Amino acid sequence: MDAVARFFKKLWMLVTRERFHSELEEEIAFHREQQEKALQAEGMTPEEAQYAAKRQFGNAARLKEESLDTVGFRFESVFQDFRYGLRQLRSNPGFALTAIVILGLGIGASTAIFSAVSPILFEPLPYPQASRIMMIWYAGDDGSSVPQTFHTYREVAERSRSFDALAVMKPWQPTVVGADQPERIEGQQVSANYFRALGVSPALGRDFQAADDVFHGPKVVILSNGLWRRRYGGDSSIIGQPVRLDDSSYTVIGVMPRTFDNILAPTAEAWSPLQYDTGNITSIETREWGHHLRMVGRLRAGVSIEQARSDLDLIAHAPVAEFPRPSWVSLEHGFITNALQDDVTRGVKPALLSVLGAVLLVLLIACVNVTNLLLARGAQRRGEFAMRAALGAAPPRLIRQLLTESLLLAILGGAVGMVVAQFGVRALVALSPPELPRVNAIGVDRTVFAFALGVTALVGLVVGLIPALHVSRSEPHIGLQESSRRAAGGHQWTRRTLVVAEVALALVLLVSAGLLLHSLRRLFAIPPGFNSSHLLTMQVQTYGRRYDDDRVCHQFFAQAQDAVRQVPGVAAAAFTSQLPLSGDSDAYGVQFEGDNPQAAYPAFRYSVTPDYFETMSIPLRRGRLLDAHDGTDAPPVTLISESLAKRRFPDQDPIGKRVHIGGKVGGPMYTVVGVVGDVKQMSLALSESEAVYTTTEQWHWADGTLSLVVRTRGDAALTTAIKSAIWSVDKDQPVVRVATMDDLLAASAAQRRFVLILFEAFGLVALVLAATGIYGVLAGSVTERTREIGVRTALGASRGDIVALVVRQGMTLTGFGVVIGLSGAVAASQALVTLLFGVSQLDPVTYLGVIALLGGVSVVACWAPAWRAARVDPAITLRAE
Amino acid sequence: MEKRSELLPGTLDMLILKTLARAPLHGYGIALSIKRISEDVLTVEEGSLYPALQRLLLKGWVKAEWKKTETNRRARYYSLTAAGRKQLGIELSQFEQMMAAIGRVLQET
Repeated sequence: MDAVARFFKKLWMLVTRERFHSELEEEIAFHREQQEKALQAEGMTPEEAQYAAKRQFGNAARLKEESLDTVGFRFESVFQDFRYGLRQLRSNPGFALTAIVILGLGIGASTAIFSAVSPILFEPLPYPQASRIMMIWYAGDDGSSVPQTFHTYREVAERSRSFDALAVMKPWQPTVVGADQPERIEGQQVSANYFRALGVSPALGRDFQAADDVFHGPKVVILSNGLWRRRYGGDSSIIGQPVRLDDSSYTVIGVMPRTFDNILAPTAEAWSPLQYDTGNITSIETREWGHHLRMVGRLRAGVSIEQARSDLDLIAHAPVAEFPRPSWVSLEHGFITNALQDDVTRGVKPALLSVLGAVLLVLLIACVNVTNLLLARGAQRRGEFAMRAALGAAPPRLIRQLLTESLLLAILGGAVGMVVAQFGVRALVALSPPELPRVNAIGVDRTVFAFALGVTALVGLVVGLIPALHVSRSEPHIGLQESSRRAAGGHQWTRRTLVVAEVALALVLLVSAGLLLHSLRRLFAIPPGFNSSHLLTMQVQTYGRRYDDDRVCHQFFAQAQDAVRQVPGVAAAAFTSQLPLSGDSDAYGVQFEGDNPQAAYPAFRYSVTPDYFETMSIPLRRGRLLDAHDGTDAPPVTLISESLAKRRFPDQDPIGKRVHIGGKVGGPMYTVVGVVGDVKQMSLALSESEAVYTTTEQWHWADGTLSLVVRTRGDAALTTAIKSAIWSVDKDQPVVRVATMDDLLAASAAQRRFVLILFEAFGLVALVLAATGIYGVLAGSVTERTREIGVRTALGASRGDIVALVVRQGMTLTGFGVVIGLSGAVAASQALVTLLFGVSQLDPVTYLGVIALLGGVSVVACWAPAWRAARVDPAITLRAE
Repeated sequence: MEKRSELLPGTLDMLILKTLARAPLHGYGIALSIKRISEDVLTVEEGSLYPALQRLLLKGWVKAEWKKTETNRRARYYSLTAAGRKQLGIELSQFEQMMAAIGRVLQET
């Protein structure tokens, strides 16, 4: 109640502010008059009395200000401070602009990075009770997360009591046919509970039901909102209508909401039921026993992740007769169960956190730089502050004024920063590695805006604090006396400390960037096992019922290969079932004759046309290559990779050994006829290169999708010609994933490259800021020491001596910064370890290189002030004093 | 410059209220009255007096009106309100408790 009354009184006072001032004025005048009279009565002359009364009364301005503070609203004086601050900035636009740009870059960069990191690391996934959604992997022998088999999924779904909904999924790339051009789209084949596990349901129509997901079940499809609008005009009557997908008619049963963000396959636009065979569990050659399905589950309410894990462990270690397991699905190591959020972010977390750390360092350097600018400016404004203090501004009032000014700078910087962030976010999305999840959630939203606002406020306070404390501590009378000389005392020490800090922070960033650069160079220095230059790749898919016949399929690829060879500029062309470094990963259990059936180990399986090795330039180590005679009716033969030969036959000749590929017990035995060089399949960084090669005709089945590799002569763009060559055989076959091998090579290191580009950019900014910091301090110092330098010159110091004096001062700062920065860099490089490759985190070359770079830039930054110092004319300076 | 005794912190409001309890006064009169009655020991600085008066006005413990002085000058006279009288009672009893407590501590040997 009291507070309310007081508020209205204040409000009244605000309206009658003019009267308040005049009344206070009058009251003070009256007070003084009375005092004068009293003093005169004591015997003073009128002049003496007037002076004494004035002195006794003290600082009237401060009294008025305090009275106003009592009755006024806080914001009034804040507003006043802001107006004054704006005037200050306008009076020195060069300073203001520099500070605003530096802060804008700092705030903008950190906001952009935060916007990329926040949806991945800090925000819950866009599903109800997202923390209950789990990914469940088969635990491999080496502890790796292996996809599930269909029968394992069935067993878990049947036996586990921990989940409300369990589902498995696999990629699906149907071709949409209709009035428009045929279009190959991304999709998923899922078991019936997929959307229930995520906790979402279609906006139109219905979700999948158990009856949809049965062997040879109805052909039904659920569309994404995007596909529905693009291909079907957003027409709601599509529900129940047939659409053509992959040569078959599918009935549309639902359309997903526009807001649905399918994190498990962000580009998927259509979903159809998996429709795997639940029978036939004992025949182990079926796809139902292949490790190729991802499994997702929604925990039942009240079930913790630990309970779910122990439940799953129990199932893994207690097989039941109903679900017999083949050797490669023994579940010996159980399951790996992770929250979906952790699962999708695990791969990119170290990269994102290190980038976030780096950008915060940049922000810190920007703050230090602006603090330094403010200190320099504060030194120039000492006279002004002294005057204000003498006129009655209390120290807290001055501090507030300065903080307001720095806050104003930060707000303007923040506004620039938001613009920078908008562009930065776009650049980030363009640059982002393909494995970055939730790219479509990256943007400047409310959370990001709040972050930017918080950072801005914090920056405003941080950069203003040191200068403000400096001013409040100084003695006004000294300031008044010295204001004409622009001298500065103790704050030089602070400024130097700040420069040392800048150099140290820059070193941390530069060392990190250097280590990453070094890693990437090492990585690309690794031979992929083939010659990647002038190698064009694309994926050719067969589409249509008639290709269900293996012979038709083989014939198509053979004709396509011949057609491509006829294209001018093509030196060689071949097909392979999987393409190195493309993301393909097709591994089978390999079991040599006489091996324990349980001891099959995985190797990459390549079914290739015989001239694949020649086209790729994969070297033959022993024996012979595959050739045209190794056809359907010839005895099955295989090539093995060098590392497989070394691992399995360290002291023997592998030629002539016989091997099962694919765990097919009754299947054919392949005879090893040759050993070829290792090829990097997954990435340059991974060393697993065990591989087996067969001809496409001798593999268990005809792969419907093969990758074409073409060695071209020169740099001619042959993509169109090659596509038409393929289409001359059958014009309806999709050709996708066109890329040069060099592109794939670069993409395989995309995450490291992404981090590296950001670190390089941040390191450069840090270097420039540190250099300007050194320059600024030295320039200020030279101005202050003009007299001293004049005296030195007069006493016989040569120009060289003076230059050395200034440069030494600058290099001392750099030296301290480097020493401090080194320990920081060592600590920071620990965080980078997972991103480094083939280079120690303490790599001396990197450290020395960065120190040399910083030293060189420092010398350059020292040079201008030193040169100016050397040209000081002693006669003029001495006379000026 | 003559030596002034610093007021005990927190006592200014009470002194002003007590002074006004005797009779309405203008600012100069309040300062003078405190100085005289304390026999020049307590000096109220103008720099604190006027902000304090504004504070008391805002709290509703005193009210102000412009009146003519004996010499026919316009001056702002402050007087105690009912709430101010109550507040004075509270502050006096708190102050006495405090003095008594300090006294006990000082007498303890």
